[in-house]
Amino acid sequence: MNLKVVGIQFSYNHSPVLDGISFNLARGQILGVLGVNGAGKSTLLKCLNRILSPKTGSILLNEFDVHKMCQNEVARHFGYVPQKYPEESFTVFDAVLLGRKPYIKWSASAHDLMIVEDILRRLNIENLAQRPANQLSGGELQKVVIGRALAQEPDVLLLDEPTSNLDLKNQLQVINIISRAVREYNISAIVSLHDINLALRFVDHFLMLKGGVVHFLSPKEMVTPADIEEVYGVRVIMSQVNGHKIIVPMDVEPERSLE
Amino acid sequence: MKSGALTEAEESTWVEKTGRVVEAHQDLVRPKVQLLLALICGLVVLVILAIAVGSYDISLLKILRSLLGFENGPQRIVVWDIRMPRIVAALVAGCGLGLSGLATQSLLRNPLASPFTLGISQGAAFGAAFSIVVMGAGRMQESALRTADANSFTVHSIYAVTLFAFLGAITATVVILILARFKKMSPEAIILAGIALSSLFTSGTILVQYFATEVEIARVVFWTFGDVARSNWREIGLLGFVTVLVLAYFVFNRWNLNAITTGEETARGLGVDVNRVRLLGMFLAALVAALATAFHGIIAFLGLLAPHIGRRLAGADHALLIPYACVIGAMVLLFADTLGRMLVGSGTLPVGVLTSFMGAPVFLYLLVRGLNR
Repeated sequence: MNLKVVGIQFSYNHSPVLDGISFNLARGQILGVLGVNGAGKSTLLKCLNRILSPKTGSILLNEFDVHKMCQNEVARHFGYVPQKYPEESFTVFDAVLLGRKPYIKWSASAHDLMIVEDILRRLNIENLAQRPANQLSGGELQKVVIGRALAQEPDVLLLDEPTSNLDLKNQLQVINIISRAVREYNISAIVSLHDINLALRFVDHFLMLKGGVVHFLSPKEMVTPADIEEVYGVRVIMSQVNGHKIIVPMDVEPERSLE
Repeated sequence: MKSGALTEAEESTWVEKTGRVVEAHQDLVRPKVQLLLALICGLVVLVILAIAVGSYDISLLKILRSLLGFENGPQRIVVWDIRMPRIVAALVAGCGLGLSGLATQSLLRNPLASPFTLGISQGAAFGAAFSIVVMGAGRMQESALRTADANSFTVHSIYAVTLFAFLGAITATVVILILARFKKMSPEAIILAGIALSSLFTSGTILVQYFATEVEIARVVFWTFGDVARSNWREIGLLGFVTVLVLAYFVFNRWNLNAITTGEETARGLGVDVNRVRLLGMFLAALVAALATAFHGIIAFLGLLAPHIGRRLAGADHALLIPYACVIGAMVLLFADTLGRMLVGSGTLPVGVLTSFMGAPVFLYLLVRGLNR
């Protein structure tokens, strides 16, 4: 399985957001999409599963043109977790079952129900299955929403800032879930992130967006402090703690004083 | 992965498959299906009671014989020509308004939405009043104010009033959709827009009345009270037919409705053509509300009340919510109409007044209870 993205361009009301994004992603790999606020991370993810229609460019999944697929077919190949989602009152079971929607013709089959149970167990939230989703904590809810995307049985998992608004433990659990899902289902994932240190822990490749183009695309081992400085405009130093590579930001140039 | 955020106990559940979670899920759904069946039985009992209630006493046996066609004479006339039309009208309009309210709530992801709170009903009422007074449709419709005189209500006037009611309803719907879609207004703001639309259409109706003759004013004023007693079998049949079609559409789209309630982006990620479902769905919901309003006047709060009671009983899954909203809508409207007949004796109290009296406090109660849960 191979995802091949070539020359994606997208504009909101004539102001270009993405100006020719290209990359390849192999099965079993996690791509971290990083960049400053407004760099187009969310837009890129939404272009991939056709929530937004890019102006030009092509997306090939196993040599199949995603633009020639119907919306249900796209949903069977791309599982999507948006950055923000409204409160919902489904039970956790029903919320995850909704991920089977692209496959369900009339009503959910026994197979669909077993997939949901399997996912709930894998995410260790089967004890929450009958609880309404609007009574869950943020971390639990994030797992449910990821579970829903996994129920789509995707080839590619698209996650838009899945760790923002989560506490430390939940952040780690969520990145573990993503890593495990990629490994066990043998799929790939594209994750937009703000936290560089978290990204360094679990992604395989970095895609840094700047000014609507790919500033650099490389395995995470190749990321240098200079790259990060160029993208974020913050001086950083890189170090190792207990085998984890970490980035520590130095001070930014002070903004003009308020006085 | 080195970070050990998942414990060993979590590891052990990783591949276990037992079906226990599925069973627990089904155990939760089953009583909701049973309750739905019980409600339908309750509705049948309510229908029989409603036939029995009235100034002309009929025994239960005679009612059953009349319904099955074994009875001739006055009982048959009372059952079939006087009581049944308004009962069936209440069932059909209640079902339609419950469905319409549920659909607008889910499609706009707005718990406060309903044909009444969005101004759709008022738009329909204005359209109908306009056609009665200005277009003269009502001159042919005069006898429709009395109950069940099918022959004098010509096809032409049904279509004129209906068409204008629908135009009014769809105008309100289009404004709401534009505000919701392009201006991305919050649910509360949408309801405020609905209030503005309601006032606009209501003052339009008053303006039409100002230029009307006294007879026409009386007719329009009487007409704007929600009342299920004024329709004939032809209108009931038309509303019933449309309601069944719209019901079928929403039943087929129940997974799409479920997806849309989880947010537009999630729904699109699940392969739902959100714009098409929302546009067509709102159009159909407005159509049902428009017909119900054209034939029965404004029946307030029912479209808000029925789906909310349904949500309390059935949860969020539209596979259950749709039948619940329909059955509860029919039950509430028939109950209100029957109560109205009992309270006033041989006359009737317009059911719209009663649904407001029942609907507003029950809705407040549901809101308060909802906040404490």
